[in-house]
Amino acid sequence: MPINRRLMALLSGLLLLLAGLAVQATPRIETWETSKGARVLFVAAPDLPMLDARIVFQAGSARDNGQSGLASLTADLLDQGAGEWDADAIAERLEAVGAELGIEAQRDMASVSLRTLTRQAAMDQALETLAAVIARTRFAASEFERVRANVLIGLNRDEQDPGTLGKKAIYRLIFGDHPYAADPAGTPESVAALSRDDLARFHARHYVARNAVIALVGALTRVEAEAIAEYLTSGLAKGESAPALPPVQDSPSGALERISFPSTQTHIYAGQPGMTRTDPDYFPLYVGNHILGGSGMVSLLMEEVREKRGLSYSVYSYFLPMAERGPFLAGLSTKNDQGQQAREVLMDTIERFRAQGPTQEELAAAIKNITGGFPLRIAGNGKIAQYLAMIGFYNLPVDYLDRFNERVEAVTATAIRDAFQRRIDPARFTIVIVGPDGTALAGREP
Amino acid sequence: MKLRLIFAALLMLPLTKLASASQVQERILDNGLKVLVKEDHRAPIVTSQVWYKVGSSYEHGGLTGISHVLEHMMFKGTEKLAPGEFSRIIAENGGDENAFTGRDYTAYFQTMAADRLPISFELEAQRMRYLTLPEEEFLKELEVVKEERRLRTEDDPESLAFEQFNAAAYEASPYRIPIIGWASDLEGLRVSDLRDWYHQWYAPNNATLVVVGDVNPQAVFALAEEHFGPLSAEKVSEPKRRAEPTQRGEKRIRIKAPAKEPYLLMGYKATAIGHAGEEWEPYALEMLASVLDGGSSARLSRELVRGSRVAASAGASFSAFSRLPGMLLLDGIPAKGRDVDELEQALLTQIQRISEEPVAEAELERIRTQLIAAKVYERDSVHAQARQIGSLETVGLGWRLMDEYVDHLSRVTPEQVQAVARKYLIPDNLTVAVLDPQPIEGKGPAPASPGGHARAHQ
Repeated sequence: MPINRRLMALLSGLLLLLAGLAVQATPRIETWETSKGARVLFVAAPDLPMLDARIVFQAGSARDNGQSGLASLTADLLDQGAGEWDADAIAERLEAVGAELGIEAQRDMASVSLRTLTRQAAMDQALETLAAVIARTRFAASEFERVRANVLIGLNRDEQDPGTLGKKAIYRLIFGDHPYAADPAGTPESVAALSRDDLARFHARHYVARNAVIALVGALTRVEAEAIAEYLTSGLAKGESAPALPPVQDSPSGALERISFPSTQTHIYAGQPGMTRTDPDYFPLYVGNHILGGSGMVSLLMEEVREKRGLSYSVYSYFLPMAERGPFLAGLSTKNDQGQQAREVLMDTIERFRAQGPTQEELAAAIKNITGGFPLRIAGNGKIAQYLAMIGFYNLPVDYLDRFNERVEAVTATAIRDAFQRRIDPARFTIVIVGPDGTALAGREP
Repeated sequence: MKLRLIFAALLMLPLTKLASASQVQERILDNGLKVLVKEDHRAPIVTSQVWYKVGSSYEHGGLTGISHVLEHMMFKGTEKLAPGEFSRIIAENGGDENAFTGRDYTAYFQTMAADRLPISFELEAQRMRYLTLPEEEFLKELEVVKEERRLRTEDDPESLAFEQFNAAAYEASPYRIPIIGWASDLEGLRVSDLRDWYHQWYAPNNATLVVVGDVNPQAVFALAEEHFGPLSAEKVSEPKRRAEPTQRGEKRIRIKAPAKEPYLLMGYKATAIGHAGEEWEPYALEMLASVLDGGSSARLSRELVRGSRVAASAGASFSAFSRLPGMLLLDGIPAKGRDVDELEQALLTQIQRISEEPVAEAELERIRTQLIAAKVYERDSVHAQARQIGSLETVGLGWRLMDEYVDHLSRVTPEQVQAVARKYLIPDNLTVAVLDPQPIEGKGPAPASPGGHARAHQ
């Protein structure tokens, strides 16, 4: 959940970013390539003596190639020994200067994020450590065994959470044979089958300069940023960019999976393949979903499911745009004897929205919310660094943000209805229901 | 190295100066509303937060969870606003909004373009005194809160374990109360209870208005006077004191719930700022918790996760900044092939070591550096800055502490860390709870069980 929620925030941030405010414009993005061929996006932010550096690689679980969990475990090992330092030394070097390191592999990307003070000695030590972490990972056998054992415990814990079980299941069903089907963390069986050599090979292939994008936001000049980007990639091989992923096929119509779980709530997930990050229908689908289930307390789903009927604490729908079509997902959780009712309200609301599209009032309110909230989304170096990494990773034009607001404002109710009718089909939705057997689950099959 | 040359010319501001540059301006209106404003002109935005001195630690048996339910109802209409209209107006103005309830506070916030501040003030002033609390809305929203409790507590074995652990550890302290409330108390809640609770605590003289962003403090004070000034004050009495009696021996419980992995929780009754014999004690406990768990280089990760490998994960936490004395908490999940008893022994050995040998100066120095860096990083977010001001003020410590606490922590000595370990981290002060996993497969619905620790929000 946190991962997806953050992606959503990222996404809406990006969308809002170009909202073309007259005075406080978007951050001025400078971009170039390092001599090794990594793309750099930089925004000078002189107000605070700190630097956010985010390096993203096309090294997410979509690259696992049948060894589910490989990309994720590789990322987990990055800071567990690199160059001349073991895991203790890496942690000590970073924390002794107040730096913070975050590493994560999702489906498309693996990301390594550093936040450090720009005081010279602190920044030097933090960047030196970061450069080793991405380029000179040790993959020592003993650290590999420890981290893998703890990943297996995490996978086991996932099975005590009905929400996580349901989420993994619906990705499996929606994406079928596509690499997006697997959970990035893998399964107990697939993770148990990995070897340290698998990780080292994956690292050698994917953690290379031409497969990397570097985002830098902080109190630096362009000259300093260039030197840092050059330094960070100095230990990487040039390598090659990862090949394109296969396109996502439509999922089989009306798949339904029930997972028995002794919970007090029934979790319902519904979805289908959605859109890509560069989708021609991106704006109508994004703005439309904002109205349907993407705007928190004021969305149609929230109104129908929670505000009118008190059926669920959380209810949402979202598109997760990815390199290939990411999912469109809707979901809620409700006490077991309301499962059927909640599911009907969820599906009816989506079907009605698809049939009718938004009203002019709903559309106007959504556009005002998205464009008016624009300055919030770029307030902070950390947020800007995430947007830069995303622009670089998905090859969006650098002026994409500057033109964003006009595109949101150009979306019409007709365009939304048209895009939803072409792209979203509730009759074919994949549905996953997690909860106790029996009670909530009687009733019609979709 | 090469980098050093490159950055030799980089101008460095002294960090201590940065850390202490809070520059909050304060104004108290005639009706008692305290207004705190901090300028931050990095972006054309503002966050506005209203903090009320009420939360689960103000509650009593039969009414637990009422502060949080009231928080939900604050979006359900005032004399001038229909249910849901508050959120619609904020959304149309491009705002982010939410609310959160804690043990010691209930807080509401909007983050918006800076020129929308009057909208936030107008709406918040409305619901400070003119909430309507319609019964039909209450009945629906109560169901939503029950769903929230099921989602976050009943069906989350570790959260369930925490709730029961907490209630077992505290005898009289209202910190035993789960923020989301006991399930049966939620069942029994009536809209009339909420009306009473609202009138008892929601008044300008029991609130703090915090504004951080691209604003002029004098203009904010004038705007606050315009919108909040006309509101009447209320006679607000402090909640009755319910001091925790001295614990006389270790407590130990097991929590059985459907789960796949065991989970260990340990808590030592400790103290808080304003309650300690010596002023430095709560700060020494904070530093002690950081010695154990102030990052991946701290002792628990280094020695229990990576060293002996007894733990898949292990943590320690303590907050000196609470209204009432809390606990120093330890928790963890055993590594594969190890069990909770071994993990508990390993954690006890860590506590014993801190009691017996002074921590290294280098460990404290690392923590001081992290504290100073965190103060710089915090300034990347107006929300985080406002939240710190609001919480310090609302738990009764005063916002000025935000400029001082890094100094207080930095002055803690190895001997003081050792002294608080010897005083508080003793077996008679300890409560231990173990989540005992029950089979998940092939069972029917779990019975609705009481209990629930929650980070509640709208």
